[in-house]
Amino acid sequence: METINHHLNDTLLMGYAAGTLPEAFNLIVATHISMCDECRARLGSFEAVGGSLIEDADAAVPMASSALGDVMARISGASRADDIRLPVAREARTFPAPLVDYVGGDLADVKWRSLGGGVRHAVLNTGGKATARLLHIPAGTKLPEHGHKGLEATLVLQGAFSDADGRFARGDIEIAGEDLDHTPVADEGEDCICLAVTDAPLKFSGWIPRIAQPFLGI
Amino acid sequence: MQSERSDSRAKDGSGKTEWVLHMRRIAAERDQAAFAEVFEHFAPRVKAFLMKSGASDSLAEDCAQDVMVTLWNKAHMFDPARASVATWVFTIARNRRIDALRKERRPEPEDLPWGPEAEPDQADILSLQQESELLGRALKSLPEKQRELIEKAYFGDLSHSEIAADTGLPLGTIKSRIRLALERLRHAMR
Repeated sequence: METINHHLNDTLLMGYAAGTLPEAFNLIVATHISMCDECRARLGSFEAVGGSLIEDADAAVPMASSALGDVMARISGASRADDIRLPVAREARTFPAPLVDYVGGDLADVKWRSLGGGVRHAVLNTGGKATARLLHIPAGTKLPEHGHKGLEATLVLQGAFSDADGRFARGDIEIAGEDLDHTPVADEGEDCICLAVTDAPLKFSGWIPRIAQPFLGI
Repeated sequence: MQSERSDSRAKDGSGKTEWVLHMRRIAAERDQAAFAEVFEHFAPRVKAFLMKSGASDSLAEDCAQDVMVTLWNKAHMFDPARASVATWVFTIARNRRIDALRKERRPEPEDLPWGPEAEPDQADILSLQQESELLGRALKSLPEKQRELIEKAYFGDLSHSEIAADTGLPLGTIKSRIRLALERLRHAMR
């Protein structure tokens, strides 16, 4: 388990517990929690809030009169659904399980597209309004300076990057609002791989990336 | 009068652990009578939750039935040291809602590599269940407006910008309760 210094905030955890986040944000939350026991436990308490709300007796709506009989008929022939999970060698993979599902494999299976300057990205297929993409930033490389219209969450999967908010290594997640104009720089020594989720297009400050934006699908 | 009151209190206090025992009977003995009681209690609540989230009566009815079938099929996966029965039911209902209303996939965290679990410690189960009950009371005692905000966050589909705004939600007021629940969970996960 990694030593994680930058965690999910209450807003994202609560939204994930409630099931109200766009799919791309659900993906980054599930991926971070796969690596972070502390946030996994915090998620448990936000789910407990949902449990308390559903428990509230004032909120019951009567079921159809045949409902119990129908369900009894369905369960009485059903065999126990054993979720047989094969043990996975966690150390061997760069991507936690939820991300493997969306990539269709591990790091070696990503279909990268160039963003220029050695930086590559791959947009993942998620529904809803937010966008999830993998970013590959070569060691020592600076990502073009950019701000956002909305919320951007960046989770490090390999290597590390630094910006005005600190240093982010594997398992760390940076959550940036509209205010942050940041210039992440990948550490020397190892290429940095991140999962980045945005709910609005990024705004690059330099003119070349801005012109390229519509073509690259950023 | 005296005995009546202590009776009802005893019943009240054991309410949550009682459902835990029901789940054990369902998981271990495939006890249909226990399941019927769990159904009578939770199915109408799940249906209400789904209707508050925007499902029609008939969709909510169908999905609530699906949720109860899932509860039967996955009863052996319920861990009373980590969640109350209500919380576990909530997570099943939430996932069914995302599937039915949004038709999206729901990425779930990777399972912890714990392997076959030992029988959970009775003290852990009791404290987790009690903590859940206290959390429920804390939520109930919130001022109406604040409680409505919490309900909206869980039942409604708050737009993402509303979530991002991160204001309004009375998290501070229930935070100490959540923190306690969190400590219990941490303890249970050790």
